[in-house]
Amino acid sequence: MCRIGSIKSKVAFSPSKALYLMLPQQEGHDNSGFAMVMQDLYGIFTPYKDKPLLSLACTQRGAQMVEDFMDSHNWEQVAEWIPVPNDQPGLDIKAMPYYIFRNYDYPEYYRDKPMAEKEELLLDMRLKLREILEKAGEGYVYSFWPDVLTLKEIGDPRDIATYFRLWDDNGCLMAKSVVVQCRQNTNYDIVRYAAHPFFLQGYTLCANGENTFYTKNKEFQKSLHRGYVGFESDSQNFLYTLHYVLHELKWPIEYYKHVITPLPFTEINQREDKDVLTSIRQSLAHLEINGPNTIIANLPDGRMLTCCDSKKLRPVVVGRTDTMVAIASEVCGLNEIMPDRDMSQDIYPNEREVVVIDNDLEVQRWKQ
Amino acid sequence: METIKVRDITKSDLKWNIEYIAERCTMCGSCVSTCTFGAIKAGVMRVDKIFSQNIKPDPQNTHKTIPVIKQVKTLANACVGCGMCAKVCPNDAIKPVRNTDDNRQTLMAHDAGPVKRGGRTNLNAQRTLDHIIVGRISQMTDPSLDSIRHTFDVRSPFGRVLPAKSLPFILKDGKLTMAHKAPPVQWIYPLIFSDMSIGALSTRAWEAVAMAVAYLNEKCGLPVRMSSGEGGMPSKLLESEQLKYMILQIASGHFGWNRIVKAIPKMKTDPAGVLIKIGQGAKPGDGGLLQAAKVAEHVQAIRGVPKATLSSPPNHQGLYSIEESVQKMHLSLNAAFGFRVPVAIKCAASATSVSVYNNLLRDPYQICGGFFIDGIQGGTGAANEISLDHTGHPIVSKIRDCYLAAVKQGLQGQIPLYGGGGIGMTGNAAADAFKMICLGANGVFVGKMLIQLLGCVGNEHGRCNACNTGNCPTGICTQDPRLVKRLDVEYGAERIVDYVLTFDKELRKLMAPIGNSSLPVGRSDALVSTDAAIAKQLGIQYVC
Repeated sequence: MCRIGSIKSKVAFSPSKALYLMLPQQEGHDNSGFAMVMQDLYGIFTPYKDKPLLSLACTQRGAQMVEDFMDSHNWEQVAEWIPVPNDQPGLDIKAMPYYIFRNYDYPEYYRDKPMAEKEELLLDMRLKLREILEKAGEGYVYSFWPDVLTLKEIGDPRDIATYFRLWDDNGCLMAKSVVVQCRQNTNYDIVRYAAHPFFLQGYTLCANGENTFYTKNKEFQKSLHRGYVGFESDSQNFLYTLHYVLHELKWPIEYYKHVITPLPFTEINQREDKDVLTSIRQSLAHLEINGPNTIIANLPDGRMLTCCDSKKLRPVVVGRTDTMVAIASEVCGLNEIMPDRDMSQDIYPNEREVVVIDNDLEVQRWKQ
Repeated sequence: METIKVRDITKSDLKWNIEYIAERCTMCGSCVSTCTFGAIKAGVMRVDKIFSQNIKPDPQNTHKTIPVIKQVKTLANACVGCGMCAKVCPNDAIKPVRNTDDNRQTLMAHDAGPVKRGGRTNLNAQRTLDHIIVGRISQMTDPSLDSIRHTFDVRSPFGRVLPAKSLPFILKDGKLTMAHKAPPVQWIYPLIFSDMSIGALSTRAWEAVAMAVAYLNEKCGLPVRMSSGEGGMPSKLLESEQLKYMILQIASGHFGWNRIVKAIPKMKTDPAGVLIKIGQGAKPGDGGLLQAAKVAEHVQAIRGVPKATLSSPPNHQGLYSIEESVQKMHLSLNAAFGFRVPVAIKCAASATSVSVYNNLLRDPYQICGGFFIDGIQGGTGAANEISLDHTGHPIVSKIRDCYLAAVKQGLQGQIPLYGGGGIGMTGNAAADAFKMICLGANGVFVGKMLIQLLGCVGNEHGRCNACNTGNCPTGICTQDPRLVKRLDVEYGAERIVDYVLTFDKELRKLMAPIGNSSLPVGRSDALVSTDAAIAKQLGIQYVC
């Protein structure tokens, strides 16, 4: 079982906090990788919050290919952070030669375009880069978005943190929001793209569990949007549905849960909005999720969300203090990073519940 | 001894032989009076014996004439193997035995024109579904569900489902509301009782099926729907609340629609749907057939016809293209019920099914509420044997092909797919239905199995299959009032209800281990096949 976690804070924090959240949750051979998406960045990225940040891991040739491609498409590099690894012997990490985190400015003719058009361009660029690197076998591109940084690697999370000097808390890499997960795919081939959190146009998501409707989700999502690609993990289905409901259909967030875990017909029929709920259930029947799972998501506006499957087969808990809210698969993670919180305020969402944390750390919860 | 003529029909020429043990027979006459085909008769047999009672040979003759039961050796009265004689014999003195060694009966029967019969194909009874196993079981990476303790949502859509972007939603105070109506969609039980008409079935057999449907809906909470078949319905039912369980069928003969149309103003409720029958799997490219022997007075009244053989045309007259069909028939039938009732279409499975489905999926009116595909193993009350055995298309790959054609276009689920023809042939419809659903069907329809539950003894190995004759020995497919009395309606309805309740439990028994609480439509990853060719064709994993 994957353990998943997230932190949303009023004060920027270092990635080590995410590691402290995750490590106590390890069971058995659980911790086989480290992956995080940081949003609302500080530290060295503070001046570039509006400049799209490209996160990728690649070979030297891959780095050159990316550079050539971006140059030829008139993207202007404005900042770059290349981690200097602490490559001490004995570390359990399958590192790539290069990790590049680079801010770009939009091509000149795009700078005055509305954000909606820029969003489409950013996605197209990431998909193109992915295609180029994938075809050549020279690297992986995880996200290309303003104020968002993605880091993924295979190995022991502690050693990965050592390699990237994440334990140093040197203030260079800071954020107010992180979604994190510490496991590489243990069920199928280990592929870097299969490690969640996944990112698409401002939406970040990680999932703990199994989606037994993976095949039907995938077959449907493939034709819904050009950005729904990869499908290396069944957890991507959750992200794509989240994106589809909120970004494409532009439905309020309340309807996401109705899509992935619709109410039974007996309950729908007793509701005033039964026409709407039935229509959603039948039109998006192929986006329904079955199986045990919990998700944590981050939305483009900074809000954080969690909910679980319709039978509550996987756990999740939300803990909070005045300045921070954290979500974790298991409460021991929360105890590590916020031992002094009021535990009686912890929230264990039920199978019909959605919990959303807004940018003021106000917690909203409702039953679907 | 008289000279035989070599073309004469003898017992060894017939498909079924009567095995009779005279010593056990009490001459009660039950078998003869039960046999509806006149295949046995009471007769006498000369028994001559020579014996000697002394030590020295002293031959004497006994000459007895004893009463016996004899098989009638004519084609018209050939035994069909129904076994009613054996059922009623108190002493196990008589039974039909299959003559596996002869095909002369079929050959000779052609003297009287094309052979007609009921039942299903006897040549293409292969079972693709039995080579498929539910092989993806939730083990450790995710938990199996508990088929008894967990809740399951076993429902399927019936009606035109709009793509999400076309839903008439408007945002009002942060909530989605319907700006106007969307096409009607009903969520029904994934097992539809298929179209068997009053006429093909005896009124009482039809009533037994209808009773079972009402009971399943009203007492068991299972929204099972039943198609009327091409032949109309009793006015009382048309004007009752129970109409909501019925899918009215319109086929190329339009039989019964005069009465249905006249009843519309008096209807208390809408029917569950309308099913336009273009073709059926048992006799694709051929219209319905009700032979004169079965066109009894009440059938004449419901259908508005004289006593004559009723041959529906192979096509709906006046429709020459699918676009026209959509525009004329679908629209007018939708309009007839105020666009409140789903209108679906039923075709025989064919090499062209995918084209038809594609065409319907792309119709701009978004008006087709379901595509029913009937495979070659579908049953019929009457057909030419040559159609039954030599025309048609297996259903399993056809459902899969249609589903994948929709997937390719991102249109899956918009026109629900229902598959039939051979579902439950081996007695376990739940396994068949489950596999069909995993391959892409939204549900299945069954007909033959229902009448077998009522007592029909016909099978796909040439047993009985005399539904066309009016001589149905179980009172199911006949209009002869004496024969119809053989059918215990309440008992028959109970058997159907019991079967569906078991079906429901068994379906959950298959959903639970793959970790699904709603129907796994298109979950082909749950299936594996032990046959490489089947696996390849269906796009599922081959295992050995």
